[in-house]
Amino acid sequence: MNKFKQQSSALPPVILEIKNLTKKFTVEGGRQLTACDNVSLCAYAGQTLGIIGESGCGKSTLVRTVLQIHLATSGEVIFEGQDLLQAKGEKARQNRRKIQMVFQDPTAAFNPKMKVKNILCEPLKNFGLLKDSEVDAKACELLRMVELPEDFKDRYPHNMSGGQRQRLGIARALSLEPKIVVCDEATSALDVSVQEKICELLVRLQKEKGITYLFICHDLGLVDLMSHQLAVMYLGNVVELLEKGRISQHAKHPYTKALLQAVFKVDFKPGEKIQPIEGEVPSPLDIPQGCPFQSRCEKCQEYCRREKPILRQIEAGHWVACHFIEW
Amino acid sequence: MLLEVKDLQISYGNKITVDSASFSLEKGEILSIVGESGSGKTTVIRALMGCLPGNGHVSSGDILFEGCSVVNNTADDWRKMCGEEMSMIFQDSGNMINPIRKVGQQFTDYIMAHKPQTSKNDAYKMAVTMLADVRLPNPDNIMNSYPFELSGGMRQRVGIAMAMVFHPKILLADEPTSALDVTTQAQIIRQIVDVRNEFNAAVIIVTHNLGVASYMSNKIIVMKNGHIVESGSREEVIGKPQHSYTKELLAAVPVVGGKRYYE
Repeated sequence: MNKFKQQSSALPPVILEIKNLTKKFTVEGGRQLTACDNVSLCAYAGQTLGIIGESGCGKSTLVRTVLQIHLATSGEVIFEGQDLLQAKGEKARQNRRKIQMVFQDPTAAFNPKMKVKNILCEPLKNFGLLKDSEVDAKACELLRMVELPEDFKDRYPHNMSGGQRQRLGIARALSLEPKIVVCDEATSALDVSVQEKICELLVRLQKEKGITYLFICHDLGLVDLMSHQLAVMYLGNVVELLEKGRISQHAKHPYTKALLQAVFKVDFKPGEKIQPIEGEVPSPLDIPQGCPFQSRCEKCQEYCRREKPILRQIEAGHWVACHFIEW
Repeated sequence: MLLEVKDLQISYGNKITVDSASFSLEKGEILSIVGESGSGKTTVIRALMGCLPGNGHVSSGDILFEGCSVVNNTADDWRKMCGEEMSMIFQDSGNMINPIRKVGQQFTDYIMAHKPQTSKNDAYKMAVTMLADVRLPNPDNIMNSYPFELSGGMRQRVGIAMAMVFHPKILLADEPTSALDVTTQAQIIRQIVDVRNEFNAAVIIVTHNLGVASYMSNKIIVMKNGHIVESGSREEVIGKPQHSYTKELLAAVPVVGGKRYYE
């Protein structure tokens, strides 16, 4: 039984459980790059799990390992009662139907030589679920779902704007009616007003179809807007896990607080200053012993350099990995 | 008046991209140009420095820098002005410098190209002082690095150091933090404000992040489809937006602890 399950009873069932997932890459010279270090997380059915962190913190590697784009070094990913990482061959292929992905760059995500209708129906044909004669009708249905005109089906992706292409990416990911959709910085390449429209679309589809999202983003405001649950990652570790609406007032980990202080608000009051943390994320090639955040933390003590803090529950649904938190 | 732009019209070939843009800038002021991609904000600041790409040109209107028109400048005139009177920071300064030469070689070359009488040693010292000024740790080490060995934030600081080495009167910044993380973005924005305070330079920053614009600017210009739809002081534009597009933009910015889809 995973400790993260022990939360308030009102929660929907767990759909995806990541247990002690570690991913190491071997780089030049035989050195080990630790991208994800013993990560445990749970996603609940029909809810959104937001993951935030700076570039290089392992958030993309985490979801790519869940999707088996990378092979995990150790750990388990439990989905529908089975470990996804153990499945091989045809079984692994069938599992992919249930977890799909929306990519960051909507320009690079499509074959430029394929028409929209073929892009949208390719996953279905790949699994033998659609006849050639049905392609047009299905493409129209999918386009309607993401609020694009039906006559787009005979276009090519380069005839579309960035926001339209991202809708196309969402339609393709949803064509197989997956249980889980991973959005890896799905709106980062878009302007704010387009981003808002895409987020509204994602939320509407979630409410209609009960999809679970893993929503990766580096914009705190956006993650706060979209998520039921929020995981903050730093250097391959989850340092804080909290429920929706708590981050602005109840964040406890020094890194989460530092992130909050680096956000540019639109309604700055005169004299209000941002307080960026100094320095940069250490290289994942030589992860320090002890707390991953030690090099940039104001409160860092001798003890932090020796002992790595584990994720502890301080309140229902709120977990923090720091030695200096009262719990 | 340091810079004055009057009814500027910019075209690529025969296609008008920016029309009737007017604004002015005083010494030490920070002006933000915000808008969505394709609204012409980058085109405007490129025109100010005479580096419009391809067949882009100023088709009517005037740009006055310290009272003199720069629209009809020759390549030689621009060479004298750029770097010393005004300079630019790009979205990724790593792309601006040669990837197969060390940062130090290029920095000293840059200084010596503008001030040929400077000795190599003096140029090196100038560069190191400047790198230390933008809070880069271990400037000698940076001088001896290739661009790819530096992180995005460090490369951006190198870009600021190179742009500010001759203490130009105007610093133009084209989406200087769009490729950076939130924490690095905050560091770089603070650095640009520090540089303004230290050298009393005016800054024009192009950004699509309204939070950044709101934090650092004295004046804000909102652009859409090549037109300025709203302009004014920071308080006017953020506090009392008049144009519906400005209101729309402001409402679309996600705020921590603000609106949420799930309650």
